[in-house]
Amino acid sequence: MMKKDAVFIFSNEQLSYRFNEKHPFNHLRLQLTYDLLKSGNVLSDELILPPRIATDEEISLIHDQAYIEAVQLAGHGKLSEGIAANYGLGTDDTPIFKQMHEASALLVGGTLTAVDEVMEGRANHALHLGGGLHHGFRGKASGFCIYNDSSIAIEYMKRKYGVRVLYVDTDAHHGDGVQWAFYDDPDVCTLSIHETGRYLFPGTGQVHEKGAGKGYGFSINVPVDAFTEDDSFLEVYETSFREVIEFFKPDVILTQNGADAHHFDPLTHLCSTFKTFKRIPKLAHKLAHQYCNGRWIAVGGGGYDIWRVVPRAWSSIWLTMTNQTALIDQPIPSDWLTKWKEHAESELPTLWDDGKIVPQIPRKPEITEKNKKTLEKALFHIRNEKKK
Amino acid sequence: MVFTIIIEQIMKRSVITVLESSTIKEAMQLLELHQIRHIPIVNEQKQLVGIVSDSDIRDASPSIFHFTDHLDDFSKPISSIMKKHVITAHPLDFVEEVSTLFYEHHIGCLPILEGDHLVGIVTETDMLHTLVELMGAHQPSSHIEVKVENITGKLSDIAAIFKDLKVNITSVLVYPHLDPAFKVLVFRVQTIDPRKVVKVIEEKGYDVIWPSEPGML
Repeated sequence: MMKKDAVFIFSNEQLSYRFNEKHPFNHLRLQLTYDLLKSGNVLSDELILPPRIATDEEISLIHDQAYIEAVQLAGHGKLSEGIAANYGLGTDDTPIFKQMHEASALLVGGTLTAVDEVMEGRANHALHLGGGLHHGFRGKASGFCIYNDSSIAIEYMKRKYGVRVLYVDTDAHHGDGVQWAFYDDPDVCTLSIHETGRYLFPGTGQVHEKGAGKGYGFSINVPVDAFTEDDSFLEVYETSFREVIEFFKPDVILTQNGADAHHFDPLTHLCSTFKTFKRIPKLAHKLAHQYCNGRWIAVGGGGYDIWRVVPRAWSSIWLTMTNQTALIDQPIPSDWLTKWKEHAESELPTLWDDGKIVPQIPRKPEITEKNKKTLEKALFHIRNEKKK
Repeated sequence: MVFTIIIEQIMKRSVITVLESSTIKEAMQLLELHQIRHIPIVNEQKQLVGIVSDSDIRDASPSIFHFTDHLDDFSKPISSIMKKHVITAHPLDFVEEVSTLFYEHHIGCLPILEGDHLVGIVTETDMLHTLVELMGAHQPSSHIEVKVENITGKLSDIAAIFKDLKVNITSVLVYPHLDPAFKVLVFRVQTIDPRKVVKVIEEKGYDVIWPSEPGML
């Protein structure tokens, strides 16, 4: 069988990861993205694989047994409020919902399916938009995330395939769960570019967080200022990704593609447009071929404007993986607009590119300058190493 | 992580010391070996009699231009250069109070005594680490700053809003405002989505300090 360029991991059952009707984390995003790609005739059925369910053993590669049991009990209405609170469950961010363990295990399983397709050589790249829940901690739910599929997948790859993994996180929030899981591990390098934690959750991801012990130097954080726009964000992303991959020389890349750095996102204060989401996968794709023999797994993440932002941003990853980016020059497929416009809470975009949506930011030069300085600090040890 | 408030909970218990009869050279070697900057001096009864810092030793060392001169000085007893009036603290002292000692006396470490007995040591770094924990800056949280009038009850009023909306507060700080008629209350709250709570605080007429919107700068 010929090796595929890419596979798309998805099933409708993944929409079961739903806290409640009003919760901002809404995996209807997966359906919207899938539909958009289908409407554009760029996603053929033989490239779609259903996610498997991760076993308890796989989940416990990262998570404490007691926490997994608590999530299981909670999903069957058997966990008291007090104990749930100790595990970060039953809060406004991660409310308890029916079968929450099963729904979460399916998201973890999706990322593991993606990993196996790539690592066993059936595909160069794999996309699992249901994953990317980067705030999950060993024993605690946090920031809409229950199980940390990316951390689990990284540990799984280390053990099963003996590889060194580069994790690149462009969600507007710091990828704290993944960073702390591998903070002292020299075989996993994490690069997170995010809005500064000055006000934004989770508050960590400062430039001086660089890893500990043997893992020192293998956690890289570039916190950018609120109101950062495309050009500065991309400068930071592209420079850091290129230098980090040259420094670390991974066997495989895992990218987390939160789409909440967009100007329209209601939870954050960054000012990116589609331009950023076109370029993010483009560089990942190029570097995966240049350094990792093509091995690239991409997962989703945050993204709370599910109508105007997420479907385009996430489709862009698939179009890049499968060399079909020409679609971006066409208007948004009318089938898709017709199907969803009645449901949408805001007017759907008719073009891929956003054009001029960001108002004039008076402090733009200062923000750009500051981000540049932060980038220098973040890469200081890498550049220093290179000089030797 | 445990909430730490008394010195006993943060002090290092295994303290590197030297006897007052030891030489300056021996003390230097210990500082180097253990990568420390201060060394308490004790007598045969393990009572604290003085302290020496790396800068005291530097003062006693010859200039690098004359580094071979007076080498015999390093064989003098450490008691000849130690500081005798040592500022100390007790294991049951409060972290907040002790932190001001560092500030007022410009010191880098604090030996902890129970009676005359040296039982521990706290350094500037330990202090800073504890303060970071007290600020709650190590836990995932969003950061909300509210400007309030400097009058009784404001903290309680705002805290009640968090309570009503069931938003867990991980830490609270009260900052001075440039205008003494106001204070800034800084809350770290355990949620990724503070939109609702911010909206309610603003509806009640308070000023939430936030990344300013474009054009509002």
